[in-house]
Amino acid sequence: MSSQEDKVKTLSETPADCQAGQGSGGGPFIVLFFIIGFVASLVVGWVIFPKVLYSQKSQPFDFNHRLHLEQVDDGCQSCHFFREDGSFAGVPKLEQCIDCHEDVQGESEDEAVFVEQYVAKEREVPWLIYSRQPNCVFFPHAAHIFGAKLECRTCHGDTGTSESLKPYEENRITGYSRDIWGRNIAGFKSNTWDRMKMDDCAQCHETAGIHDSSVQTGRDACFVCHK
Amino acid sequence: MKVDRRSFLSLLIGGAAGTALSPLPWKLTDDLSIWTQNWPWTPVPPRGESYYETTTCTLCPGGCGIKVRKIDQRCVKIEGADEHPVNKGGVCILGLSGLQLLYGPTRIRTPLKRVGKRGEGKWEPVSWDQALTRLADKLKEVRAQGAPEKAACLLDSSRGTVGHLFRRLMTVYGSPNFFTMPSVEDAYRAALKLTQGIEARVGFDLENADFVLSFGCGLLDGWGSPVRVFKANSTWKENHATVVQIEPRLSNTAAKADHWLAIKPGSEAELALAMANVIVGRNLYRSEFVDGFCENFQGLKRILALHTPEAAAAATGLAPEVVVKWAVEFARASRPVALYGRGQGRTAAGSLRQCMAVMLLNALVGAVNRAGGMWTVPDYDYIGWEEPELDEVARAGLERPRADGAGSGKYTPASSLVQRLLGSGAGQLPEVLMVARCNPLYSLPENGAVKDNFDKIPFVVSFSSFMDETAANADLVLPEHVYLERLEDVPVTAGLSCPVIGLCQPVTEPRWDTRSLGDVVIALARKIGDSAAAAFQWDDYEACLKETLEDKWDTLEERGFWYDAEFRPPAWEDGEGKFRLAGGKLDEVLQADEIVPAGDPAKFPLILVPYDSIRLAHDYIGDPPFMIKAVGDDVLKGKDVCVQINPATARKFAVSEGSIVQLITPVGKARVRVHLDEAVMPGVLYVPRGLGHTAYDAYLAGKGINVNALIGSLEDPASGFDAAWGIRAKLAKV
Repeated sequence: MSSQEDKVKTLSETPADCQAGQGSGGGPFIVLFFIIGFVASLVVGWVIFPKVLYSQKSQPFDFNHRLHLEQVDDGCQSCHFFREDGSFAGVPKLEQCIDCHEDVQGESEDEAVFVEQYVAKEREVPWLIYSRQPNCVFFPHAAHIFGAKLECRTCHGDTGTSESLKPYEENRITGYSRDIWGRNIAGFKSNTWDRMKMDDCAQCHETAGIHDSSVQTGRDACFVCHK
Repeated sequence: MKVDRRSFLSLLIGGAAGTALSPLPWKLTDDLSIWTQNWPWTPVPPRGESYYETTTCTLCPGGCGIKVRKIDQRCVKIEGADEHPVNKGGVCILGLSGLQLLYGPTRIRTPLKRVGKRGEGKWEPVSWDQALTRLADKLKEVRAQGAPEKAACLLDSSRGTVGHLFRRLMTVYGSPNFFTMPSVEDAYRAALKLTQGIEARVGFDLENADFVLSFGCGLLDGWGSPVRVFKANSTWKENHATVVQIEPRLSNTAAKADHWLAIKPGSEAELALAMANVIVGRNLYRSEFVDGFCENFQGLKRILALHTPEAAAAATGLAPEVVVKWAVEFARASRPVALYGRGQGRTAAGSLRQCMAVMLLNALVGAVNRAGGMWTVPDYDYIGWEEPELDEVARAGLERPRADGAGSGKYTPASSLVQRLLGSGAGQLPEVLMVARCNPLYSLPENGAVKDNFDKIPFVVSFSSFMDETAANADLVLPEHVYLERLEDVPVTAGLSCPVIGLCQPVTEPRWDTRSLGDVVIALARKIGDSAAAAFQWDDYEACLKETLEDKWDTLEERGFWYDAEFRPPAWEDGEGKFRLAGGKLDEVLQADEIVPAGDPAKFPLILVPYDSIRLAHDYIGDPPFMIKAVGDDVLKGKDVCVQINPATARKFAVSEGSIVQLITPVGKARVRVHLDEAVMPGVLYVPRGLGHTAYDAYLAGKGINVNALIGSLEDPASGFDAAWGIRAKLAKV
């Protein structure tokens, strides 16, 4: 076939193709496919993605904050105390628990696990910490509790009155707890303790007019928390 | 319905729109940014309670007080202890890197028994009881032959309770062969014995000196107690003291000194004696000291008569006027002091003649036992154990001569001459050798010969915490705790002017199945039994230490050190001791021949001299990774050590910067990289000490060459000390 004939054939076929396309697959189907794509991606983004992003881990054993809070005199700081140098001890070590828990108390299975697996073997409990900030963040508890006189619940919510520990959800990418971004995948919050992202810190710092950095650098903005 | 391209595009657009309205992209962006800020391999300090524990650093003889920062049980940093009299808060690069020795991969984790050939690296872990029994059986076997002198031990020094426990074990066992590694302190000790007739050590009141004449001492390269000397150097700058460095190479010390006198290597004694000649000839000596408290000034004058500035000029390469000028300045200063001890002063005692010549300079300007001068400091006397009961075999053994000849005949001034024994193979080699806290297979000169002799010793035991060269060639290894895990007294000498005893205390639990060396000696004595067991009645080493330190223990425990701040050396008084300037053995010492490097100058036209650097540890402790990182690439480039050559010499021998050449000496050869440097004298090659390890870890082993394999030893004719400061050498194409 000559090249000219070829060209003519191509030209003559094109309009017919268009006709066929409009007739059989255009119009409503295009919209349908758009909707399928739209809905599917919304489902992926809002429902599947959070499930894939976070892995669920359970704590070594359960813990009842309410029960313990009733037993102590000094509130949260009875166990989550400040050391002499002002640094925050965070999650209690075996040393603090051992006075009462040298032997199994009560009948709970968790208590038995604690005493047998940890106290008896002198192993620290590998608690998963819901509120741990990334390593690049400098967060002194003392400045917030003693300086700004914040309540524990402002950031940590009603943990003190909870009766069991929720599953720990670890972000597979960053390795941090879900509680930092917040339960709501869109990042909306209704309470101050729902999220602990930088914006949440900044919001409070902005309102309270905190511009202090370290004595050494005296810098504002980023350097208040990122030393 | 037909799914075509349009439908597909539509699906994608719908998907994109939906995704944009979902949190996915925004959340992923945020997570990825957090991920990039927290790489898993970025070291992050552990969380936990932070606190400090104080102890004493034993990585060099300096005796600095340190505090270890801990997070919970993990040691994370070493800092200098502010209150400590030696270092006053300072710390050196080796001290800072100490945690890598504690946590590093070269630690020996359990007692080991050799199963392959010696040095092959095949070991079988054994229990402490098995290891001690094996050693005790060996010792009993040698003793049963009636030759207890054939067991020997070699330590870094005889100081402290551990040194004394070893010495006691040797005594009660019946062997006179207790050896210590050489140090410049041996020369000072011998010089004190000859001039003042006393057994004591030398200290320097550096801080109060206003004119420091240093004969090659690496004051800023790790001499004496390094941090203390660094601080003294700052004091000199503040007080406008004059520091004159006499050294052939522009070392850090020379570069920071007020004046640098580049003399030919090995001519220090000639220069010192010529300066003494000028001081005497011009009547610049302190007559109240020389006339009042010195003996035989006339004898000294006779000896000095030969050492004119002109003679010194020929030997040193300085102009005669320069010799005269500095002699006069030294004598006219109000608190001058002259220092001896090449480099860090930790490898060999050196020539007694040089030490004596420098000491005489101090005597002539009255700097002996005076503020800012050279002090005689009594030996620590807190170890007052009862003499052990000896049996027949022990008494007979102790009567026999030492294998190294030290302390008798021509070697009277010396107390230990391990180089003679292991390097030159002069005496009878022991059948059992116990080595603790030193690495003779690496750090003794004439390395090849030392290794050959070492191989002839039938049974070698190492107590090293690390798999160093000596431990790698031992038959049995009984690893001791590293310093951060052990309790021990650290009586500091290292040229300190006042007595200081540091307490080394455990700042962490032992990481492996190691033991305190004191406990090992006590357990060993018990296993040997009879009179040995009877001489070690302490429950354990801790009990021994507490009992020994009795009145000082509370202070030590509370402050971490005991310090006699009020100490002053005995003032010179009429009728009391005299300072002998000449006569008898002194004349012999002063008139001994100058040490000439070994080798034929026709075949070996150059001279190789090793040098010390504060960044290279070259004793028992090798460079930890932090420290080796700090070694410049003009010292170590890749795996090649740089030999420093003057550009003029390089031109003469047609080598250029960076070229790889063969460095050949009469005792060995090695591949080196040429580094041209105006800071060294023409005709002299410099190679650093502390490299070329074959043992330890990948951070240290196989880097550079061990200069001890290239240099030989030369016996000082007056004392037997190793006095070699260099060796003849040549360069050849690879």
